[in-house]
Amino acid sequence: MENLFQRTLEDLIKGLRLQLIGESAFLSKALDEIRREIKSTDADTKANALHKLTYLSSLHFYNMSFAAFHVVELLSSTRFSHKKIAYHAAAHSFSDDTPVLVLITNQLRKDLTSTNELEVSLALECLSRIATIDLARDLTPEIFTLLGSGKVFVRKKAIGVLLRVFDKYPDAVRVCFKRLVENLESPDSQIVSVAVGVFCELALREPRSYLPMAPEFYKILVDSKNNWVLIKVLKIFAKLAPLEPRLAKRVVEPVCEHIRRTGAKSLLFECIRTVMTGLSDYESAVKVVVVKIREMLVDDDPNLKYLALQALSVVAPKHLWAVLENKEVVIKSLSDVDTNIRLESLRLVMAMLSENNVAEICRVLVNYALKSDSEFCNEILDSILSTCCSNVYEIIIDFDWYVSLLGEMARIPHCQKGEEIEKQLIDIGMRVKEVRPELVRVSRDLLIDPALPGNPFLHRILSAAAWLSGQYVEFLINPFELMEALLQPRTILLAPFIRAIYVQSALKVLVFCLNSYLLQRGNTASFSTFDGLVLERDDPESSILASCDAPVHCIQDEGFNPRVLNQSFEGLSVEYDGEETSTLGQTSALSSLKDGFTRESIINLLNRVELAVTPLTGSYDVEILERARNILCFIELIRQELLDSPVHKDESLESEEAQVSQIIKVMHDAFSSDLGPVSVSAQERVPVPDGLMLAENLEDLEKIFGDVQLPSLSSFSLGSPQYEERAGFSIPIHESKEEPAPSNESTSLLAEHRKQHGLYYLSSAKKEDNYPPANDPKLQVDTNDDDEDLVKLLVSKKKPCHAKPRPVVVKLDGDQAPIAANPRPKEDVLSGTVQNVLLGSDTNPTSSQSKVSTKSSSKRKGKEKLNVDSAKENLGDVEKHDLGNPSSRNSKHHSHGKGRRHGSPGKKGDEREENGQKVKQKSSHRHSKHQARQRAEVPLNVVAQTPVVPDFLL
Amino acid sequence: MIRSVMVINTQGKPRLAKFYEFQPVEKQQELIRSVYGVLSSRAENVSNFVDAESIFGADTRLVYKHFATLYFVFVFDSSENELAMLDLIQVFVETLDKCFKNVCELDVVLNYSKMHTVLDEIIFGGQVLETSSTEVMKAVEEISRLESASNAISLVPKSVSAWQSR
Repeated sequence: MENLFQRTLEDLIKGLRLQLIGESAFLSKALDEIRREIKSTDADTKANALHKLTYLSSLHFYNMSFAAFHVVELLSSTRFSHKKIAYHAAAHSFSDDTPVLVLITNQLRKDLTSTNELEVSLALECLSRIATIDLARDLTPEIFTLLGSGKVFVRKKAIGVLLRVFDKYPDAVRVCFKRLVENLESPDSQIVSVAVGVFCELALREPRSYLPMAPEFYKILVDSKNNWVLIKVLKIFAKLAPLEPRLAKRVVEPVCEHIRRTGAKSLLFECIRTVMTGLSDYESAVKVVVVKIREMLVDDDPNLKYLALQALSVVAPKHLWAVLENKEVVIKSLSDVDTNIRLESLRLVMAMLSENNVAEICRVLVNYALKSDSEFCNEILDSILSTCCSNVYEIIIDFDWYVSLLGEMARIPHCQKGEEIEKQLIDIGMRVKEVRPELVRVSRDLLIDPALPGNPFLHRILSAAAWLSGQYVEFLINPFELMEALLQPRTILLAPFIRAIYVQSALKVLVFCLNSYLLQRGNTASFSTFDGLVLERDDPESSILASCDAPVHCIQDEGFNPRVLNQSFEGLSVEYDGEETSTLGQTSALSSLKDGFTRESIINLLNRVELAVTPLTGSYDVEILERARNILCFIELIRQELLDSPVHKDESLESEEAQVSQIIKVMHDAFSSDLGPVSVSAQERVPVPDGLMLAENLEDLEKIFGDVQLPSLSSFSLGSPQYEERAGFSIPIHESKEEPAPSNESTSLLAEHRKQHGLYYLSSAKKEDNYPPANDPKLQVDTNDDDEDLVKLLVSKKKPCHAKPRPVVVKLDGDQAPIAANPRPKEDVLSGTVQNVLLGSDTNPTSSQSKVSTKSSSKRKGKEKLNVDSAKENLGDVEKHDLGNPSSRNSKHHSHGKGRRHGSPGKKGDEREENGQKVKQKSSHRHSKHQARQRAEVPLNVVAQTPVVPDFLL
Repeated sequence: MIRSVMVINTQGKPRLAKFYEFQPVEKQQELIRSVYGVLSSRAENVSNFVDAESIFGADTRLVYKHFATLYFVFVFDSSENELAMLDLIQVFVETLDKCFKNVCELDVVLNYSKMHTVLDEIIFGGQVLETSSTEVMKAVEEISRLESASNAISLVPKSVSAWQSR
């Protein structure tokens, strides 16, 4: 009577919809109920409970493994409705590891041989989901019988279940393959459809084994009218055709015929894909297909458009013309509403990229990036960055352009590719000497923009910019301005490690300025000593010299005198500046730069730096703290010895002054030594010392970590320059005398910085080489015509002539992409068996048990790893399986098992054994060796078999 | 093969979930959630494809169709044709329509086992078994008949549905 009050599934569902106590509370209450009911001895109650439990497990994700035994119990019920519930529950919840699986073999056998076709169908359905090696092996005879069943309803399911059975138990192929092939010729199209489906699955995994069946498939391809069947056959041929050129030749015509005739888009698309993947050598077929692709591209259905773009990207590497022919549509699709389509067309645009059009395409893409949403914007940037840097910037000719493009990318609001841009900026800086001035210009523009530190995604770019402008400071037009930028208050927004780079760069700039000042002063000093002589001696040579340096000379003299006479030179400096600017106009850029290093400006610089860096000594970050200290001590050292010296004009100080200038010179030299890229393989070239056994006992590790990827080429870091710089600091530190600079000075400097910054953006007259920046207002207007631009650009075939030759890009051995480890040859016990069956030779029995894996390669990998890991466990497995299995990993057992079950002669097993002896077996690695042996065998089969194929074909 | 079939409503509640390779329930839940996350963010009138490789791993594709309050989702690999899968969704929905006479979400919710019966006649072990909805209907009707016949033998009335408001 207990089930009188039991809730059915329907009650449960309705109750769930009406519940007031909260879903999870309701469900856990229901689950408690189910746990009680499922133990009932009444089959109805149990079935009901199981039904509810399966529902909860399927749609509310409750684990129902606790009920596995009850499922088995219910399977044996005689009532169809109970059986149905039980089979459904089993299919839903059983995995290969479910322990009770061993209990259901007999029940399944009983149901498979039942006279009720619906019961048979239930059992087959369940088997198609849960079949294990044992089940597959034990039930193969029953399935074989069903393959010949007169009822279509049963037979098609029996065919379907073969896929799983073959997977689990390849020896079943010997028994069932013939009947499976016979079903291909069945008059019932549903049966053919399912059979072809099974072959399609099998052929996709290991196509070569199914080459001998080409005639059967060909017949279906030509005769069948069922689109589902044709699609599957086309998929098979797409795999077979590349393996056998003669087959491809035969197939091309029927495929093209289908393309011309069919009205079904799915079949049409499959034909297109078959041509693109398997028959791309046949120009005529490709042409037919490209026409069809164009039709699909302009179709209103976004699905067709998407698939057509996808088909194009399949063919792009081999037939780029097919993409180029459709470029208008491809480019228009960049602004499609559908993300799929946009991404696919972006991929195609990147495929069209070449060194001739890279600049133009990238510009248009960047403009698209400006318009698009964050996600797509970053997709665009990502593809530009990865395409351009591929193979050490292969397609980049004009690096100045590329560097300014990188700078522009940083200013795109959605840009999140800071790290990649940082990497490339520094990489290019180290590899390409010629581009350094432009790099420094770009860096300066980035650093000087006070808005950028506000965007955390750009911090990495700023760090690269700071490092670059410090490292290649000699290319700076205006070091003072850069110093302002490096020390601007907004740097507080940056991460500490980036601020540290800023501080370090500031030091580099400072050393550079001092060094330049000293050089300049050294020149003038030498002239001033010659002063009288030059005037007296009226040498033609020296007069030329004197006249050359006259302006500088005068200024310096004027600058010197007031300093000697008057300690407060503030007032005079104004007058002095005026004079300087007048000379500036006449001289070239370089000399104007040198003229900038006056005593005045150096003192200002020192004060400014000191003022900005002093607060940093209170920083919590040791990197910043240390570098700030370094700068402050250095300034102390310099100020004392260098700048005060002219005041005293003491002979004794001359030597000290020389010492200081020597220090500065040493530091300058240290900083200006060129840093090159480091090869990834540099470490490998260090010879291993004798007696050091690196590989010992670590062989297993390699297998375990075999799939771990090597770190990419990005092994350049900011670390090395920093180390070098620190090495330069071996200067004795003098006691520091704090000299607080006037605060109003710093604010005025700040104001000046802002003014300069503003001015910079207004003056677009600045030389922009050949590439206008993104926020150029003129360009913004253009963006609407992007499509047309790019189309035009791609249509016009003329090669833009490159005025500049491509600069040398430093390359290292390690820059070649590391050759990917050879993919493991597929382990194909199944296909081996299939080959044997097809070729009628039974000489090569397979060891079906050698893998417990499913076919999905990823899973198999995991399995192999496991096997290598724990050989012990494997052996345990072998023993376990041996109890009931005809074959095992061990080939001795294998042949033995064979003899028992299938009556195949034992000597074949022995042959294999001999074969296997070639590969020395270690007991601990038995399994992996065994696999190796199998792999070694496969090519042999193939070689032996290929000559047979033509007979089948012709 | 077809890896998975899902029916999810627009609120993200799964209405039908079938995985043709074993997945632990926790994983199933996670997969359904991520699929819904992607689907719910897609606009109307865009293509019916979603990049599935980030969710289901390499060599997987996903097509979906949106009917009223339900998403019908098929996940499959390279041995199936994308457009054919869209057609198969259509077959599935048409069959349900015939089965329930103007199918709506409530039918899907309340007829858990019938949904599975229909699906099992269309897809078998991840392979397309039957593509004609009339054939499917025939088989489904036969199964239902046998099911109720086997239940009718039972002498005890099945149950009462008075407990639902408990």
